Amino acid sequence: MYVIVVGGGQVGHSLARLLMAEKHEVLLVEKDPARYSKLSEEFGESVILGDGAELDTLMDMGVNRADVLVAVTGMDQDNLIICQMAKILYLIPRTIARVNDPKNEEIFQSLGVDATVSSTRIIGSLIEEKIDAGMFIPLLALKGGEVEIFQTQLSSDSPLIDKKISKLTLPQNCIIIAALRENQIIIPKGDTILKENDTIITLVGKNAKDTFKKLFL
Amino acid sequence: MKVVILGCSRVGALLATELFSKGDEVSVIDQNPSSLKRLGKEFGGKSILGIGIDEEALRKAGIDKADAFVAVTNDDNTNLMAAQLVREKFKIPKILLRVYDSKRAQAFKELDLNIVCPTVDTAQKMETFLSEKI
Repeated sequence: MYVIVVGGGQVGHSLARLLMAEKHEVLLVEKDPARYSKLSEEFGESVILGDGAELDTLMDMGVNRADVLVAVTGMDQDNLIICQMAKILYLIPRTIARVNDPKNEEIFQSLGVDATVSSTRIIGSLIEEKIDAGMFIPLLALKGGEVEIFQTQLSSDSPLIDKKISKLTLPQNCIIIAALRENQIIIPKGDTILKENDTIITLVGKNAKDTFKKLFL
Repeated sequence: MKVVILGCSRVGALLATELFSKGDEVSVIDQNPSSLKRLGKEFGGKSILGIGIDEEALRKAGIDKADAFVAVTNDDNTNLMAAQLVREKFKIPKILLRVYDSKRAQAFKELDLNIVCPTVDTAQKMETFLSEKI
């Protein structure tokens, strides 16, 4: 895949490195000259100096060939506008934005950004989870928040444990997509039995969210 | 008319004082206290210290009941985000914003935003003047 990453801070830097290690074609865009020259030592021609919201920068990077654009600068307004420009002008199939202020997630999605990631919210939830098992950790929101992927750890009194998945009564529009048990990843089938302390990943539709959460209380 | 202005830039401050003197109800939001001083003593509207892409500041400025919203900070992306946020969340009949970058302005006109691009306007005026016979 050809992925454009806008913003060469710590998030952008490690994301670019990760994607390259997985053999994706990556182009990193950084507007600060000092940071750019540091990055170019590591990334060579895969990093360019420019403003991701300026048309010329986007043209230079062959943006219409990109499969995904990820905007991870420290400014929410920049991430939003960069993603919107990519959609309006270049019809990039998929845009992902980092959201620094979790309050902005909803508006980003209603304005056409395909997915948002709020590190603030995820870190907050992860810390909370250490305090309280059974917390619902949002990992990713898709299609304007219509569908969300959550992670949660099953406690000893969860109604989901020690039963075949096929026997569980889950609400409409939700599905358990994976269970993590120690170092094992289980892709569940009807006869899979969840156990206490399993971490499960679920895909939940907006309307099913509350009902689904209740299952864990 | 009740107007919320984001950005106490030269344009923002001038517009705010003009509207106020004509009897409109005006609130101005800026994140910089020294910019708000541009409003001067005659301005009797509200001035709010805050960020315009933050709903809280917008509510403090009375966006719920506003007839118009104007985004004139010096940052194009802030104006674009604020205008869209206001359009999406509050049903404001009139929304107007400034975008300096002509190409960005052009791109976002596709989303039916009322954009003033001073770069294009100024260049056009100058060109017209220059092309007139002396």
